[in-house]
Amino acid sequence: MAGYKPVAIQTYPILGEKITQDTLYWNNYKTPVQIKEFGAVSKVDFSPQPPYNYAVTASSRIHIYGRYSQEPIKTFSRFKDTAYCATFRQDGRLLVAGSEDGGVQLFDISGRAPLRQFEGHTKAVHTVDFTADKYHVVSGADDYTVKLWDIPNSKEILTFKEHSDYVRCGCASKLNPDLFITGSYDHTVKMFDARTSESVLSVEHGQPVESVLLFPSGGLLVSAGRYVKVWDMLKGGQLLVSLKNHHKTVTCLCLSSSGQRLLSGSLDRKVKVYSTTSYKVVHSFDYAASILSLALAHEDETIVVGMTNGILSVKHRKSEAKKESLPRRRRPAYRTFIKGKNYMKQRDDILINRPAKKHLELYDRDLKHFRISKALDRVLDPTCTIKTPEITVSIIKELNRRGVLANALAGRDEKEISHVLNFLIRNLSQPRFAPVLINAAEIIIDIYLPVIGQSPVVDKKFLLLQGLVEKEIDYQRELLETLGMMDMLFATMRRKEGTSVLEHTSDGFPENKKIES
Amino acid sequence: MVEEENIRVVRCGGSELNFRRAVFSADSKYIFCVSGDFVKVYSTVTEECVHILHGHRNLVTGIQLNPNNHLQLYSCSLDGTIKLWDYIDGILIKTFIVGCKLHALFTLAQAEDSVFVIVNKEKPDIFQLVSVKLPKSSSQEVEAKELSFVLDYINQSPKCIAFGNEGVYVAAVREFYLSVYFFKKKTTSRFTLSSSRNKKHAKNNFTCVACHPTEDCIASGHMDGKIRLWRNFYDDKKYTYTCLHWHHDMVMDLAFSVTGTSLLSGGRESVLVEWRDATEKNKEFLPRLGATIEHISVSPAGDLFCTSHSDNKIIIIHRNLEASAVIQGLVKDRSIFTGLMIDPRTKALVLNGKPGHLQFYSLQSDKQLYNLDIIQQEYINDYGLIQIELTKAAFGCFGNWLATVEQRQEKETELELQMKLWMYNKKTQGFILNTKINMPHEDCITALCFCNAEKSEQPTLVTASKDGYFKVWILTDDSDIYKKAVGWTCDFVGSYHKYQATNCCFSEDGSLLAVSFEEIVTIWDSVTWELKCTFCQRAGKIRHLCFGRLTCSKYLLGATENGILCCWNLLSCALFVFKPSEPRPLYIQKGISREKVQWGVFVPRDVPESFTSEAYQWLNRSQFYFLTKSQSLLTFSTKSPEEKLTPTSKQLLAEESLPTTPFYFILGKHRQQQDEKLNETLENELVQLPLTENIPAISELLHTPAHVLPSAAFLCSMFVNSLLLSKETKSAKEIPEDVDMEEEKESEDSDEENDFTEKVQDTSNTGLGEDIIHQLSKSEEKELRKFRKIDYSWIAAL
Repeated sequence: MAGYKPVAIQTYPILGEKITQDTLYWNNYKTPVQIKEFGAVSKVDFSPQPPYNYAVTASSRIHIYGRYSQEPIKTFSRFKDTAYCATFRQDGRLLVAGSEDGGVQLFDISGRAPLRQFEGHTKAVHTVDFTADKYHVVSGADDYTVKLWDIPNSKEILTFKEHSDYVRCGCASKLNPDLFITGSYDHTVKMFDARTSESVLSVEHGQPVESVLLFPSGGLLVSAGRYVKVWDMLKGGQLLVSLKNHHKTVTCLCLSSSGQRLLSGSLDRKVKVYSTTSYKVVHSFDYAASILSLALAHEDETIVVGMTNGILSVKHRKSEAKKESLPRRRRPAYRTFIKGKNYMKQRDDILINRPAKKHLELYDRDLKHFRISKALDRVLDPTCTIKTPEITVSIIKELNRRGVLANALAGRDEKEISHVLNFLIRNLSQPRFAPVLINAAEIIIDIYLPVIGQSPVVDKKFLLLQGLVEKEIDYQRELLETLGMMDMLFATMRRKEGTSVLEHTSDGFPENKKIES
Repeated sequence: MVEEENIRVVRCGGSELNFRRAVFSADSKYIFCVSGDFVKVYSTVTEECVHILHGHRNLVTGIQLNPNNHLQLYSCSLDGTIKLWDYIDGILIKTFIVGCKLHALFTLAQAEDSVFVIVNKEKPDIFQLVSVKLPKSSSQEVEAKELSFVLDYINQSPKCIAFGNEGVYVAAVREFYLSVYFFKKKTTSRFTLSSSRNKKHAKNNFTCVACHPTEDCIASGHMDGKIRLWRNFYDDKKYTYTCLHWHHDMVMDLAFSVTGTSLLSGGRESVLVEWRDATEKNKEFLPRLGATIEHISVSPAGDLFCTSHSDNKIIIIHRNLEASAVIQGLVKDRSIFTGLMIDPRTKALVLNGKPGHLQFYSLQSDKQLYNLDIIQQEYINDYGLIQIELTKAAFGCFGNWLATVEQRQEKETELELQMKLWMYNKKTQGFILNTKINMPHEDCITALCFCNAEKSEQPTLVTASKDGYFKVWILTDDSDIYKKAVGWTCDFVGSYHKYQATNCCFSEDGSLLAVSFEEIVTIWDSVTWELKCTFCQRAGKIRHLCFGRLTCSKYLLGATENGILCCWNLLSCALFVFKPSEPRPLYIQKGISREKVQWGVFVPRDVPESFTSEAYQWLNRSQFYFLTKSQSLLTFSTKSPEEKLTPTSKQLLAEESLPTTPFYFILGKHRQQQDEKLNETLENELVQLPLTENIPAISELLHTPAHVLPSAAFLCSMFVNSLLLSKETKSAKEIPEDVDMEEEKESEDSDEENDFTEKVQDTSNTGLGEDIIHQLSKSEEKELRKFRKIDYSWIAAL
């Protein structure tokens, strides 16, 4: 026949932010380390090779930080004016940066002076990048031009003059050495091919483009301006989705290491994390100032955010949970687990699954055998009452339904009754538990009224409970008064029938005044 | 034979199976139980009903195997007859007319030509045990007037009588007495419980008695849960008894095993207790049987037990206390809060079942389909406990959604209320819990209804409550990238001057919602939830509300508490008030049953009937079922009783219900393969003749034993004719007919008489054209049956 049905534990919806695997993942960072830079941090770039140092461009300096160091391990300060967009090469050994005076400089990580200087831009160079073959550099400047440079002989190879406004962002394809993309303040994002002398693709973003990002596969393009827009390159630049989650201009974009999440930082001081399958925001970080730059380390180990006030915020991922230090118990050998598992089902065999063993909680096991006091004791254990008060309340409710609550509560000594009273004091005023607990409180008072005054500990608890109830009654009275006043106000303002949606708080707690001390 | 155009009230099932102890056949293959006016024969292995023995005109009160021929069965009834049946073929062999109401039946192997029955003679509450001599005669109906008195002043229930030790004595209990009558000495000894007058033991009334099959030992059950074993009762002074106490509530029934080594007892705890060697230490339990055990019986072969439960179920239990089969009837343990509903998918009747369950009951096969566990909590069966009750349920969106409301009210202020919404899952073919809403209202929910419009994009549910509000719940999609989820949330809360909302109803197209607040009916727009208009009337509080359908959709009907029907025209806002008796109801049937009719429901027919006369047209497309206070299910029918009562779906032969043994698997596989081949070849023909087993003429021909039939040559032409005709009707039915039925009466009639009915819309329409052909076949069939009757008498005369 039907087995024992476990007690239904009342679940309550968790208010506030929903806990998802994403919030867990993105909240699993330590408190940020703040590093003060000399000016607004315009670019942060991680070296793709271990030890994953990162270059921070702020004002006229480029600092290279180690992963956990708070002091720069190297500084490039040979800039006459503001430096822009310090970017590592794929092998992590070269660094290229643009500057306000129109020069592009190439540094060796180990050296100090620039290896190469590419002169040719007439205005500030805001974006530089290495192409996929590592031997060329792409740069975009405020003189509306995009130039391709050859590193070995520091010559300009190509110049594209298709943009009609400042070129402020760009990136090179990771797969094709000839392809690169630039975004400009003329509202367009253009894709250039080094083999031809003009752009191969152009998309209309609609606002000045602050940042572009190409997916590792090269199929999707993300551009950020006032909004973040995702374009499908394989369909000839069709708009896939437009993300309007920020309420100020988006300045930087970044992909998580798995490629599953897209991060965007904005002047509204928020970093938002999108899922790249549904383009829904799954998480969001808050920062103190407007965000200009954002970078994620290898395996999302570190989030580095640079802001307009020159603060660099570095968040490190918490280290994984400690491995158990206990000596490992000897487990059954592997072959015991696979015993009979590799038997292939024949055609005529009838498969009979082993019935799933139903695991009963300890309190359920007690209730099944009608050990009611023991079941109640189990759920009145402090670990249970603090962590999961709803289980305790559900068991009290179940005992009441079975008509044995008084039996289970009776016959307790000072320590046990104080456990019960502690629980009541903590939870009686919670509206979701109140109906059950008021009933239990009444029963306790009925049972233990004759012995009151024998134990100072219990008496004190009873007094506390009385105070709590009185306070609650006062609250309720005040609430009702307020409600009455509001009703009156509403009535005078407008008389509309039938649709008043006011919540009436229950005026419970009428009978608990009889607590005697 | 009843005339076709005569509507009668027909009991269509759902009668008690647990009224008396069930009886096993000698080989334990079948189990018999009384069920209203019938005796039902079930297979113990397949749980299928093999035969229904009908012939009694009143409640059957007792059945026993014929001790001289174990293939025969005696039954007695309140109509004063004892009938002897051949249960394998389901044939009535003999009828003995006793003449007075018989309340129980006992047989004894030692008393060959007589049976024992309980009758009440003069006063209504004094019962006697008498033995009836059954005269040997070849005629079918025999008068058996030779009664000899055995015991007086006994309890009516057969549980209080037991024959012991191969019929040496009979024990009877009543209140505080145990009387034992010895057949040889013809003396009665009476034992009174010594403490019966003592206040402390005021609850030790006898409730049941059982006798050891071989030893001189009587077991008696008591109100306080004790079982007493009496020995040495030949001597009035030296008798002894021992006590066995486990039950904490009344012992409902006792039974000794065949060998007498163990004693079975059961009661309200729904636990079957087996006492081994009649000692308190050696006991085994079979717990959680679901409901109070009413009766326990043991098979003559000793391998099976069975328990009858108060929820109208019989559980067959193996010797090793393992339940092996459950025969479940319409559960009628508790009051029906939900009313009768029809599941739009299975067309099954849905109502309260076991505690906390909703039962789905097939009307066609008179069988429970399944139970849906709504409350999902351990059921504690104890006297005086306030249980969680399933109070309301409603189907919506063509059976895709089910809403249920459960409540438990201990005191005035402490109300626990929960609403659950269940979604139909096609994969598992069952309902799965989707949303649980705690305290949807502050007070009891009085009504809930789904919006059943054809093209509503969003399922909508409305609940009305005594707290003065009605709430609109809609299905919302709260799925995110992690999981897909749909759930119900509250969309709108409405009220009208804080009056209690009593009823709600959606119009057919779902555009309007009517909510009644005591005496006032309010109409709401279901798109904007604006109050459109209010209707007031002075005739009393509204008890039921219903919109018209099809062409009558502009009308809103309301039934008030003092028996007045109001009808509002929604276009002109005019009100007509009429009493049910005044504007000529379509049909009135008086005196349909002894008790109050509590619920009623229209069930759509699968195949529409066609009645030409105007008075019965309302029966064309749906059938009206109603439930009386004693919870027997009745309906109106025009068919003759034989036709109505044989389940049309299948007439199982006894041999067909064979168990699947390993041997069967070996042989069955080969046979199945052959059958499949055959089926493939025969498929075309089968398609043409799918209804052959439904033609009564054929079934009659096949199920009448061959030796009572006239010669085949005589029957052949008639039989073939009937086949031909039935085929023609079939083809006539297949011609699609234009939908021109008179629909205006459809909405009128249902609300006419019964203000609590639920209307079920019909899906199919049919014309009246085929009628003539149909009648022809009927007349043929009548002839055939007449012929069979003649033949019977001829056999009997021999």
